[in-house]
Amino acid sequence: MSTATAAPQEHRSAETAYHIKAGTEGIALDIRDFNLWYGKSQALFDINMPVQKGLVTALIGPSGCGKSTLLRCLNRMNDLIDELRIAGEIRTAQFDIYGPGVDVIALRKRMGMVFQKPNPFAMSIFDNVVYPLRVDGIGNRAILEETCERALRAAALWDEVKDRLKDSALGLSGGQQQRLCIARGIASDPEVLLMDEPCSALDPIATAKIEDLIHQLSGHYTIVIVTHNMQQAARVSDNVGFMYLGRLIEYGDTDTVFVNPKLTQTSDYITGRFG
Amino acid sequence: MHDTPLQPARGAAAQAPATSGRRLLRLTADLSATGEPALWALGGALAFGVILIAGFLFMISLNGIVTFWPKPIERVELASGQVIAGEPTRAGRYRVGQDVLAKLSGEQRAMVQAQDGYADRTLYKTANFDLYGDDFRWVSDYERKNVTAPNDFYLFERQQWGTFVGRIKHLAIDGKPAAFDYRLMQREQSAARKRFAQIRQIERGDIGAVNYQLDQQRLAIRKAVLRHGEDSPQAKAVAARAQSRIAELNKTFAGLQERLKEIRAHDQRYKATLEEVGGRTVDLELSQIVRFYPANELSMIDKIGIYLSRWWEFLSSEPREANTQGGVLPAIFGTVAMTLLMVVFVAPFGVITALYLREYARQGRLTSIVRISVNNLAGVPSIVYGVFGLGFFAYTLGGGIDALFYPERLPNPTFGTGGVLWASLTLALLTVPVVIVATEEALAAVPRSMREGSLACGASKWQTIRNVVLPKALPGIMTGMILAMARGAGEVAPLMLVGVVKLAPALPVDGFFPFLHLERSFMHLGFHIFDVGFQSRNSEAGKPMVFVTTLLLLALIVAMNAGAIYIRNRLKRKYSGPQF
Repeated sequence: MSTATAAPQEHRSAETAYHIKAGTEGIALDIRDFNLWYGKSQALFDINMPVQKGLVTALIGPSGCGKSTLLRCLNRMNDLIDELRIAGEIRTAQFDIYGPGVDVIALRKRMGMVFQKPNPFAMSIFDNVVYPLRVDGIGNRAILEETCERALRAAALWDEVKDRLKDSALGLSGGQQQRLCIARGIASDPEVLLMDEPCSALDPIATAKIEDLIHQLSGHYTIVIVTHNMQQAARVSDNVGFMYLGRLIEYGDTDTVFVNPKLTQTSDYITGRFG
Repeated sequence: MHDTPLQPARGAAAQAPATSGRRLLRLTADLSATGEPALWALGGALAFGVILIAGFLFMISLNGIVTFWPKPIERVELASGQVIAGEPTRAGRYRVGQDVLAKLSGEQRAMVQAQDGYADRTLYKTANFDLYGDDFRWVSDYERKNVTAPNDFYLFERQQWGTFVGRIKHLAIDGKPAAFDYRLMQREQSAARKRFAQIRQIERGDIGAVNYQLDQQRLAIRKAVLRHGEDSPQAKAVAARAQSRIAELNKTFAGLQERLKEIRAHDQRYKATLEEVGGRTVDLELSQIVRFYPANELSMIDKIGIYLSRWWEFLSSEPREANTQGGVLPAIFGTVAMTLLMVVFVAPFGVITALYLREYARQGRLTSIVRISVNNLAGVPSIVYGVFGLGFFAYTLGGGIDALFYPERLPNPTFGTGGVLWASLTLALLTVPVVIVATEEALAAVPRSMREGSLACGASKWQTIRNVVLPKALPGIMTGMILAMARGAGEVAPLMLVGVVKLAPALPVDGFFPFLHLERSFMHLGFHIFDVGFQSRNSEAGKPMVFVTTLLLLALIVAMNAGAIYIRNRLKRKYSGPQF
């Protein structure tokens, strides 16, 4: 794999270490020489990161290192922020996400997203799940019902809510709400599922359920997950990217990163000796 | 090692008793530290506000609630030999002037001097304005010789000339004289009131309809003339058709007049001869008596009955006697109609403006200026909006509408003068800043995570606003609407310029197409208060009505707000269940 070409700086002990698994189905998202600025301050430096298809890729690193920023670039959620500037490219199999003429709305339909806090809409459970289809203009009741059941089954929520699909989604528990959001994220059958610390607001039992779910969904979807929780990253991911101060420090298969990291900086962070 | 920061404190506490003999650490906290004085100030401010509001409501309610309660009639013999009769309305103490004192007899002067130059006086509502030229009379205690409460004195509320106080001398039933009998008179009076209602119905309803159609025909001719020219065949055809219809209508009109004459002649045969305390008599048709009762012979049940019937009349009928008596139904209707119309105008306008300002406009200097200007608009005196409404809405817009659509009615204005449409638009303009500010805040309070959730599903910005943001902000927007409604319903000053009148000839809603007449002027409770209290011939007579009408206006605003709050709370429950 190619390496970043940025000039070395003092906080950086070495150039990015790459040792990802050999992709079985190829690359879903290829991030190349990606830089990002908020106004004048640079938040991401020369990210080079191929995300492999059908695998779970975790992004770890201390707060403020740019994991969420990078994740939100993948479906261009950062477009909402004024004074944002980027350089470099993020390629899917067909096109550059930041290329000219890209339909952001169409792009987001291919990328389901789950947020840190469960954010169901103030609608019924059914309406929440089929929301992506509704905004796409699909009104056929049969299709909506079929999609709703499929997505809720995939999100392991069907048995808990099948009798009260008409009830408000706000009446669900936090863990159920988050699984509902996952169901909503996969309802339009996207290629990639982006998860921004999906368990940080949940209790351990709900967290375990979500992690099981991620296991089940991997293979079918390419999943990129940002997490603060080392154990979680170790449990759910196939590849791990360690980020620090806006740079991707080490990116490789999970077993190697956690058991035998290539860089001391990574091992310091993983063992908790960091900073 | 880790508890280093605690060391100095611990050391100081340990050393203090040894060095100074004083305890440095007190067992109770400092008064200023607990915030106790501030608490008293805050609580005191709240209590002061609550007392002010409660006192205000108490005063209005007390004065409003007792107004319709029937009072006894006193017959007073004065020192001068004159006799008066009336309801004692209020009493007070005053210092007797020197010039008055000089004219008094020795006995009276002694009486005043015994009270250090002061005297008590009572205000009697003597009524009988047609005979006395005044409704009220002050009687000082030194003038009073003898006070009785005679049982044969009655109080009459008349259709014209206000109240009458006196005895009933005799009746004329069907043209034949009859001895006075209370039951008989009650029966005949209620029959006479039915005749009166019938006359009203013919005058207002049937003849009104004929007049309306006559007017339509006349306008049709005029319109055809304006469009096709004076001598064109089209105009002539229209005129011919209209003329035949007019002849028909005139026949109907004559028939109605005939019928009216009949009923009136019949009505003339039922009369009562009333005698005031001084002996002068008045002949009165029974149909002219709205209500009468023997004021000093009433049981509690009778009094409650009169009290309730007066309230009912107040709420359900039209005003009479220059608004100082009768009901306020047109004013209630006008207030509600205008407020609801205002909401219809202000809601979409304010919400759309706020949506653009908050969601679409680029946040920069220009939006800040717009925002500040909107906030400042809320502080412009309301009469300024009235002037604008008259100049822009009524004269410019309304004048334009008249010239375009109603040329046949000119020079009589249709929309080119004050009316309920222009009044509600003016008030909408007055209240739109409130709605904009409230809506903006409600939109800003929608969590970012919800918008992002929707956008991440592939929704466009408009779909996000429509499906997620607006429903979530709706309770907050409703709060703004409630504030706007409360402000608008209580506003009077601008309305005086754009369509409120003392007495509206017709309600803005009736049976003639298009049923809702937005160009008509209307009555309003707020203006009614002003008019009765300060513009009537007799402000003393109007005073009780001022309080009753104020009470009603307050009740109406509370009711409208309660309705809006109920809707808002239902929306709140719907759109924000137990949040995670």
